[in-house]
Amino acid sequence: MKILVPVKRVIDYNVKPRVKADGSGVDLANVKMSMNPFDEIAVEEALKLKEAGKAEEVVAVSIGPAKAQETLRTALAMGADRAILVETDDAVEPLAVAKILKAVAEEEEPGIVMLGKQAIDDDSNQTGQMLAALMDRPQGTFASKVEIEGDSVSVTREVDGGLETVKLTLPAIITTDLRLNEPRYATLPNIMKAKKKPLDTKTPADYGVDTAARLTTTNVSEPPVRQAGEIVEDVDALVAKLKSMGVA
Amino acid sequence: MTALVIAEPHGDTLADATLSAVTAATKLDDEVHIFVAGSQGAADAAARIAGVSKVLHADGDAYAHMLAENVAPLIVSLMDGYDAVLAPATTTGKNVLPRVAAKLDVMQVSDIISVEGPKTFTRPIYAGNAIATVESSDPKLVITVRTTAFDKAEAEGGSASIEAVSGEGAAGISEFVKLDAVESERPELTSASVVVSGGRALKDAETFEQYITPLADKLGAAIGASRAAVDAGYVPNDYQVGQTGKIVAPEVYIAVGISGAIQHLAGMKDSKVIIAINKDPDAPIFQVADLGLVADLYNAVPELTEKL
Repeated sequence: MKILVPVKRVIDYNVKPRVKADGSGVDLANVKMSMNPFDEIAVEEALKLKEAGKAEEVVAVSIGPAKAQETLRTALAMGADRAILVETDDAVEPLAVAKILKAVAEEEEPGIVMLGKQAIDDDSNQTGQMLAALMDRPQGTFASKVEIEGDSVSVTREVDGGLETVKLTLPAIITTDLRLNEPRYATLPNIMKAKKKPLDTKTPADYGVDTAARLTTTNVSEPPVRQAGEIVEDVDALVAKLKSMGVA
Repeated sequence: MTALVIAEPHGDTLADATLSAVTAATKLDDEVHIFVAGSQGAADAAARIAGVSKVLHADGDAYAHMLAENVAPLIVSLMDGYDAVLAPATTTGKNVLPRVAAKLDVMQVSDIISVEGPKTFTRPIYAGNAIATVESSDPKLVITVRTTAFDKAEAEGGSASIEAVSGEGAAGISEFVKLDAVESERPELTSASVVVSGGRALKDAETFEQYITPLADKLGAAIGASRAAVDAGYVPNDYQVGQTGKIVAPEVYIAVGISGAIQHLAGMKDSKVIIAINKDPDAPIFQVADLGLVADLYNAVPELTEKL
């Protein structure tokens, strides 16, 4: 079985995003970019399945600018076998991403498409579900455990009320949540090796997908700032305040 | 025009998140219908919501657990009569609705916090560090609603008609196995009026229980936690408040031993009153707290519990 892992290049998790003064977006010039953390978890899970003998090949794919090659090289350094870059400088919405991924999946025929539950830039949380819909495949979203059992996969999902387990017929789409695993670091020898692994470059037009945006972002602003209140002296003062608010 | 709200069934009733989605829908359309996959009790509860004029009720095993593979095609088949479909941005809504959107060839607007116009909304991006105003150009709207940003519609007072709907049933590609629900006498975290949350400073699961639980008991509060406390295994993952966990906005939020990482603040900064207890006076949590107490939690929390 082959596992296809879509990865996205996003602002690094540790960088505090700054809104541009003209309201046109978030300033990404000279900002450290990395692989979306949820996608890193997806790469790790795919590699674990390969190491456990459940999969033969892990293929990473990214849709984005030429620099998304760096993100794919990271996936290759972690252990993915080869990579595909669908190159575009446009901002591509989840629906168009799902359409491109569907076309890639039709060529690659993976048993599992494993991807992050959301990207930490637009926080849409849609791509995996949309891909599953377009392909009429089952979806195991927000996964915290993945177990392949013959021609099906058991996925434990992090839901609001606890943990839900679903059984999906393969091929299936799985989106990863934070507690699925701890992604490995790429070692220096593997980073060197990754430079020689195959990386194909395509365009959305190669797959016949129209990436025109359906949503227009008319403004991006700072969230309202909450004012700091007062520091109370001791527990008695806190209790008095709470009582005056009617809390206790 | 009419909007369809996807209800979040909870046994024989509905989760409160449904009521917030109804409020968002009333800001878009004059008429609001509601889709309920689940028990008759849940459908009856939906019919009583003020402002809802019709309930579409899907019964049967295939729809009992809101499996996206089974429910999404049914919702899609109903959409001819609606110009918008909205679901609360719960794990259920987030799972099902993009599947509906893709089948309708519509780009979903996720996690809206306000309705600015017929097709214009605001939504948080970058973990709440920025707010985007977006306008849809699609013929229909598919929307998930951040429930803490909208008041709850009145749960009683409506008398909607209930109409049975059915579709293809089970798609046969997925099955529900089990739900390991967290059983608790406490109010549910996302709808509680008071939340007491603990952070990494609680050291371990026993200490967390020993200090946080009595305070929460005294206040009739739900218990939450920071991601650090969850990752360290003090409490289960569904306690997590934050961008990657639950978004809460109670009347009173008490943060105990939580430093206030951006990630955590994104999940609770809309609380009406925030109270922070932390021994580090420079902890970022104090920048958003209405009331701060700089103290060692091991002394302050038991004293507070006793004196309340």
